[in-house]
Amino acid sequence: MKIRIKFAKYGTMKFIGHLDMMRFFQKAIRRADIDIKYSEGFSPHQIMSFAAPLGVGIESYGEYMDIEVLSMASTQEVKDTLNQVMVEGVEVLSVTILPEHVRNAMASVAAAAYSIRMKDGRFPINDLEKKLQDFYNQNTIPYTKETKKSTVELDLKQGIYELRMEPDDVIYMLVNASSSGNIKPTMVLEKFCDFAGVEIPNEACQITRLETYTDLAENEEEQKFIPLAEVGTVA
Amino acid sequence: MRKLALSDDILMQVEKPARYIGNEVNSVVKDKEQVAIRFAMCFPDVYEIGMSHLGIQIIYSMLNEWDDVWCERVYSPWVDMDKIMRKNHIPLFGLESQEPVKTMDFLGITIQYEMCYTNILQVLDLAQIPLYAKDRGEEVPIVIGGGPCTYNPEPIADFFDLFYIGEGETQYRRLFDWYIENRDRGGTRRDFLRGAAKIPGIYVPQFYEEIYNEDGTIKGRKKLYDDIPDTILKEIVMDVTNAHYPSKPVVPFIKVTQDRVVLEIQRGCIRGCRFCQAGQLYRPVRERNVDKLKEYAVQMLRNTGHEEISLSSLSSSDYSRLDELLDFLIEDCGQRHINISLPSLRIDAFSLDVMSKVQDVKKSSLTFAPEAGSQRLRDVINKGLTEEVILKGAALAFEGGWTRVKLYFMLGLPTETEEDIKGIGDLSNKIAATFFDTVPKDKRVNGKVQIVTSTSFFIPKPFTAFQWAPMCTKEEFLEKAYQTKRGIMEQLNQKSIKYNWHEADLSVLEGVFARGDRKIAEVILEAYKRGCLFDSWSEYFHNDVWMECFENCGVDIGFYTTRERSDDEIFPWDFLDCGVTKEFLLREWKKAKTETVSPNCKVQCQGCGANRFGGGICYESRQIT
Ligand code: SF4
Repeated sequence: MKIRIKFAKYGTMKFIGHLDMMRFFQKAIRRADIDIKYSEGFSPHQIMSFAAPLGVGIESYGEYMDIEVLSMASTQEVKDTLNQVMVEGVEVLSVTILPEHVRNAMASVAAAAYSIRMKDGRFPINDLEKKLQDFYNQNTIPYTKETKKSTVELDLKQGIYELRMEPDDVIYMLVNASSSGNIKPTMVLEKFCDFAGVEIPNEACQITRLETYTDLAENEEEQKFIPLAEVGTVA
Repeated sequence: MRKLALSDDILMQVEKPARYIGNEVNSVVKDKEQVAIRFAMCFPDVYEIGMSHLGIQIIYSMLNEWDDVWCERVYSPWVDMDKIMRKNHIPLFGLESQEPVKTMDFLGITIQYEMCYTNILQVLDLAQIPLYAKDRGEEVPIVIGGGPCTYNPEPIADFFDLFYIGEGETQYRRLFDWYIENRDRGGTRRDFLRGAAKIPGIYVPQFYEEIYNEDGTIKGRKKLYDDIPDTILKEIVMDVTNAHYPSKPVVPFIKVTQDRVVLEIQRGCIRGCRFCQAGQLYRPVRERNVDKLKEYAVQMLRNTGHEEISLSSLSSSDYSRLDELLDFLIEDCGQRHINISLPSLRIDAFSLDVMSKVQDVKKSSLTFAPEAGSQRLRDVINKGLTEEVILKGAALAFEGGWTRVKLYFMLGLPTETEEDIKGIGDLSNKIAATFFDTVPKDKRVNGKVQIVTSTSFFIPKPFTAFQWAPMCTKEEFLEKAYQTKRGIMEQLNQKSIKYNWHEADLSVLEGVFARGDRKIAEVILEAYKRGCLFDSWSEYFHNDVWMECFENCGVDIGFYTTRERSDDEIFPWDFLDCGVTKEFLLREWKKAKTETVSPNCKVQCQGCGANRFGGGICYESRQIT
C-alpha cells in the first residue's frame, strides 16, 4: 500500500538540507515503528520518494513524500505516531492512501506556490503592487541560467502561473516545479528586483513554499493544479 | 521557537549550518531557571567527529538525568565559522540553549587525541575565556579536561582549572555538590578548586609545580598545599553493567562519522600489547552483562531510529559472550532491516561465519593487524598474532569468497631492524600467494586478490612499556617507509599489494605532546596564535609554523622524542596512577628487549597492579589452555 505524507518544515529546520531531511524521515519511520517496505539485499533501504527538493533556508508547509507500507491501522495513526517522533520545526500535516497506479510524489510534481516576505520590515519598493503587475504583464521575462557546464536562456513568463501581492506586503507566486521546467522563487525575485531597480539580497527575504501541486489536466494546453495530498484518500 | 545564536545571514554563508543549530532528536532542552548547574560539554573538533564520540553521549545523558543540571554540547566551529565568529565577536555558544558558554558554570573538554590541542585554545578563545587558568576571574566557567590525553596533562595543564582523571561516571555528582555548596556560602573560585583538589580523581594543576634538573628532566614536584594528594588515582567504574548508559543518544541531522548505535560491550583489554596505551589505561577488563547489552541494543535502536549498530571495545573477540550477543543481533536486527557493523574481530571460522551473515563478502575486506613484520618483533611488542594464524585465517577467508585484505603495521618500533621491515613485504606477499594457492582460477570472484598494506609510525606513549623508548626522527621514519615500499616492490605478487603510509611530520609532533611536560604549553599557544588549528586535518596542518614555534620557544624536539630515558627517570605523568604500576611497566620494557612475551590476563595474571580496584578479570577464574 502506498501512502503519501505531507509535512511542514519551518523555523531552525529550514537549515537542514534535502538529503538530510530524507535521512531524518528514514530514522523517524523506524522510531515510529511504521511497517514500511524495504528493498532486498545486504543493505536494505526503505522504499521512499520525495517530491520537489527544497533549498536550504526555505520554509515549507507543503512538502511531500510517498512511502510503501506493508500494514497500518489507519492514516490517522501513522500521522500521530510520526508526530510523536518529530522535532520542533517538522510536522506531519496529513497522511493519505494513494490509489493504484498514481505516479510517485517526485514524478507528479507540476507546480509549487511560494510566498516571499522581507524578514525585517517591508519591501523597499514604491508602488509595489503596480510594479509587480507591470513586471508580470511583460510578454517575456528572459532569464539566463548558469549551470556548471553551460548557460541556458529561459523565459520565466512561461512558467509563472500566478504572481500577485497578498496582504501584509507578501509576494505570492505559483510557478512551474516540474523536473523539466522548475523555476526557483529566487529567480523570479531576482528579475523583479532588476525590473524595479532595487537590490535585495536573498538572505533578507524569507521564502516559504505554501503548497506543491500536481496537474490533472487531460491535455497539454490546459492546467488543472491540485495539491499532491488531494490525490489520495484518508482511511 | 528557540532563537538561534547566529543570524540567518551567517548560517546561509557557512558549510553545513546544521552544525550550529542544535534541535537534534534526543537533545535535551531544560528551563535554565530550574537548574543549579549549567555544563558545556565540548569535543574540540568539528561537529561530525565530536558527535560520533560515545563518551560524550554517556556523560551528556548522565548529567541531564539529574534535575538540577543542564548539560549542553559544544564543538569546534569549522574554519569558515571560526573566521566569522572572530570577526563579529560572537561568543561560542551551547547548541541546546544557543547561549554563550561563558555564562555557564563549567566547560568540560574531552581530549581524545593530542592533535586537538590548538582546538582547545580555539574553543576557550571563541568562548571568550582567558586561555591561562591563572588569569580567570570569578565569573568565568570552570574549565575541566577529561579523556585519554589527560593521562599526561602537563603540556596543556596551564589551560585547565582541573582535570578529571579516569572514567566520568563516578565523581561528577560530588564535584557539582561541592560547587553548589561553595557558591551558596559565597566561596571564591580558588576555594572551589582547593576543595575539588581533594575529590578522588581530580587534579588541579595550578596547585602543583614541576621542578626540573639541569638537563631538563624532572627532579620532582612541589605542591602548594599540604592537604592535597601527591598522586592521583584514576576513577573507575567496577560495575559496568549497572553504570549509566545512554539509552537515548542524540541523533544528528547531518551524516557524522559514527552514524549508528554504538554498544560498548566491555572496558579494558586483556592483551598486553606493549605499544598500546588504551590497553593499560583501562585495566582491568570489565564485561557488561550480555542480557543488559541486548536490552540496550533494542532500546537505543528504537529511540534513535538508526539503521546500523556496531559493537565497541578494544578487542571484541575477547568478550566472553560474543557469540550469544551476535546471534541475538543478527536475528533481531535482521528482522528490522538493521545493519550490523562489526568491529575488527580476530579472523577465525567463527568470525568469518558471522561476517558472511552481515556483510557482502565480495565487497567487504578483512583486517589483520600484525603490527610488526617479523615474529621476533611481534614478540618484542607482545602482539600474540603469529604468521601461521594469519595465513590460516586468510586461507579460510579466501575459501569463503573474500578477496580484499587490509594489513596494519607500525614502523619505528623499538629494536626494529631491516629484516623486520622486510618482513612486512614478505608477509603481504605470502597472503597474496595463499589466495592463489587456495582459490582455483575458475573460482576467483573478482579475478584477483587485493591487499592493502598500511603502516603508521610508532609513537611511545605514557603508561606503556615503551614509555622509556626512543622515537625515530622524521628522516628515519621516511627511510623506513621507503624500505617497506622497496620490500613490497621486490615481491612476486607485488601487483596485488597496495602500500599506504602516514605522514611523518604529524607523528613527530604527536610524539612531543604525548611525553611532553609543562614547557610545551608555550609552544602550543604560540602555534595557535600564529593560526594553527585543526592540526589533525592534513590540509590545515602547517608543520613549518610548528617548527618555527619550537625554535622560537627554545624547546628541543629531540629531548621529548628521540631521547632514550633511563630506568629511573621521573616522567611528567608519574604523579598520576592508572592502576598499572611503573614497576610492572619497567618489567615489561625489559622483557621486550629480551623478546619475551607475556601471556594475557585470561591465561595468567602478570601482576600489573590493576587488581587493586578489586574486580573485573583479575578476580575471574583463569582459562585452562
Ligand atoms: S592484575 Fe593481572 S589480571 Fe588484573 S589486569 Fe593486571 S595483569 Fe590482568
